[in-house]
Amino acid sequence: MSLAQITQVKALALAVPGDDIDTDRIIPARFLRCVTFDGLGEHAFRDERTGPDGKERPHPMNSAQAARIAAAKQGVMVVGFNFGCGSSREHAPQSLWRFGFTAFVGGSFAEIFFGNSTTLGVPCLTLSKVDLAECDAFVRANPDVEVTVDVVQLTVSAGAKTWKADIAASARDGLVKGKWDPIADLLEGADAVAKTAGGLAYVAGK
Amino acid sequence: MAKTLFQKVWEAHTVRKLPNGQTQLFIGTHLIHEVTSPQAFGMLRDLGLKVKYPQRTFATVDHIVPTNELKEPYSDPIAQEMIEALRKNTKDYGIRFFDTTTGTQGIVHMVGPEQGITQPGTTIACGDSHTATHGAFGAIAFGIGTTQVRDVLATQTLALSPLKVRRIEVNGKLAPGVYAKDVILHIIRVLGVNGGIGFAYEYAGTTFDGFSLEERMTVCNMSIEGGARCGYVNPDQKTFDYIKGKPFAPKAADWDAAVARWASFASDAGCRYDDVKVFKAEDIRPTVTWGITPGQAIFIDEKMPALETLNAADRQTAEDAYAHMKLAPNTPIKGTKVDVCFLGSCTNGRISDLREVAKYLKGRKVSPSVKAIVVPGSQLTAIQAVHEGLDKIYIEAGFEWRGAGCSMCLAMNPDKLVGDQLCASSSNRNFKGRQGSQTGRTVLMSPLMVAAAAITGQVTDAREVFKV
Ligand code: SF4
Repeated sequence: MSLAQITQVKALALAVPGDDIDTDRIIPARFLRCVTFDGLGEHAFRDERTGPDGKERPHPMNSAQAARIAAAKQGVMVVGFNFGCGSSREHAPQSLWRFGFTAFVGGSFAEIFFGNSTTLGVPCLTLSKVDLAECDAFVRANPDVEVTVDVVQLTVSAGAKTWKADIAASARDGLVKGKWDPIADLLEGADAVAKTAGGLAYVAGK
Repeated sequence: MAKTLFQKVWEAHTVRKLPNGQTQLFIGTHLIHEVTSPQAFGMLRDLGLKVKYPQRTFATVDHIVPTNELKEPYSDPIAQEMIEALRKNTKDYGIRFFDTTTGTQGIVHMVGPEQGITQPGTTIACGDSHTATHGAFGAIAFGIGTTQVRDVLATQTLALSPLKVRRIEVNGKLAPGVYAKDVILHIIRVLGVNGGIGFAYEYAGTTFDGFSLEERMTVCNMSIEGGARCGYVNPDQKTFDYIKGKPFAPKAADWDAAVARWASFASDAGCRYDDVKVFKAEDIRPTVTWGITPGQAIFIDEKMPALETLNAADRQTAEDAYAHMKLAPNTPIKGTKVDVCFLGSCTNGRISDLREVAKYLKGRKVSPSVKAIVVPGSQLTAIQAVHEGLDKIYIEAGFEWRGAGCSMCLAMNPDKLVGDQLCASSSNRNFKGRQGSQTGRTVLMSPLMVAAAAITGQVTDAREVFKV
């Protein structure tokens, strides 16, 4: 399986502020009633974007900027802390990715969300609290300036600004080498897997 | 060298180091359900791969099952399509399916323990974030995404990095009317909803020693609400007794060897933890959430926090929470009007929960202004409860008695809040919209507190409603 090497994402950015944004908000549970991920993109943040009366609410995902990102199928979402907490549903990063987001920059990410995004080839980089606030402000003030998420240099930059970023070493390695989907490596280990399995009594049915 | 259970289980299941530095970890037990597995089977087919160890994956259906419709086809065609997809996938690949027709179907985190599939010293993965429930047996159990479900199906392994271990000790005896649910809500309140990121939680201390396996499951279940992907309790005699005789438990000839092996996985005396936190059981009182994250919780007799007392980030979430919940800072939560009461879920839908509430419910009536439903988490639980006559007690009191499933814990089946109804719920998440209405409001609490709310029509202190 050959995958793209994801070293850099350069795209327009959208700030979606707030801490502890959970996966029920990113993709409400009723949209999980499906057997494929197709069509999830349009429902990202559905209940934040549309009120109970069916009318649009003020939300960054309803902005012209979001529409540009959706059209380009490329974009950086700038979020807060503990983004993607809650359920393990891969539907959450899938919906944002299908909407058009190809990188996330935030204070911290919930672990399962982080893993699910990485396996999609979508880097999640973290910034310090101070830098994140600056990046967030910059993105809002300069919607036309592309943001560069550099997975090799571990930086996020825009205009004249550059912020020092971080990502788990294993995720960085996978993205940069085009091995963000681990399946090929896992399949290669079949003999070693059989050996481990053989040593486990409960797997052998005891 | 003294080791933690986490380290021992990790080492026993390590296949090899991967080029990116992660570990290829063997997953001894894989559990699947209808929501997060169909896409994984799709990916498997696309790649032309087979299920490597079909006998190590077990399936059930829970999220979409309507709890008041026993016959198929279900009135929701999508639910019908999802259950049929799982039937087809499990049949095509030779995977055991605890289907609705077997009398063993239930919420995935109840089926594993009931069947004796959940065992100490094992690794358990499931495309569901509450998989840590199985950690109550001394297993390393965690939730995974759908692509990882594919990985396990195809290879029975995952690419993972080890977690740090935080020991959370609770010592002493809980006061009457205080339950395992209050313990975990309190822990999350103190350590925060993201305090556990990067950690496995080892729950220990004399309070946990005294807990039944079902109480331990309630606590482990909500590890993820505290940010910890996995939580466990070291196995002991109670663990072994619980498993004995279950359908998938080791048979008589293998039993002693299995127990010896299981016991050997418990954390060694003097092992090193990355962090330790200690709580006193007597400091914990019945706890309820007031906001939109499980960490926004208070003791029932406290006031909700004044905004000035919070730091900037917490304050922003709190303002959002107060607006959504239609509650006011610095006022008591006690006395808040309740519209719906939900007793069930993988946190508190077990037989011990149903028994404990029934004990107090006899002769009492649900307030006419409240809709109250009780949903056993599994068919086996429902059968046992009916056998003990518990269903009659609930029905007599004015609860609706339902079939097994996730029900109102999340909005994937017909059990939903309407408008801005406020629900006193024994489940685990109070996120906005979680219970099916965008403006619906959830207050998490213990099962007995749910019953007290049902009777009084208000968020109330169960200790004042019942003779605890
Ligand atoms: S009961 Fe709730 S938390 Fe548990 S598996 Fe079902 S939906 Fe998830």
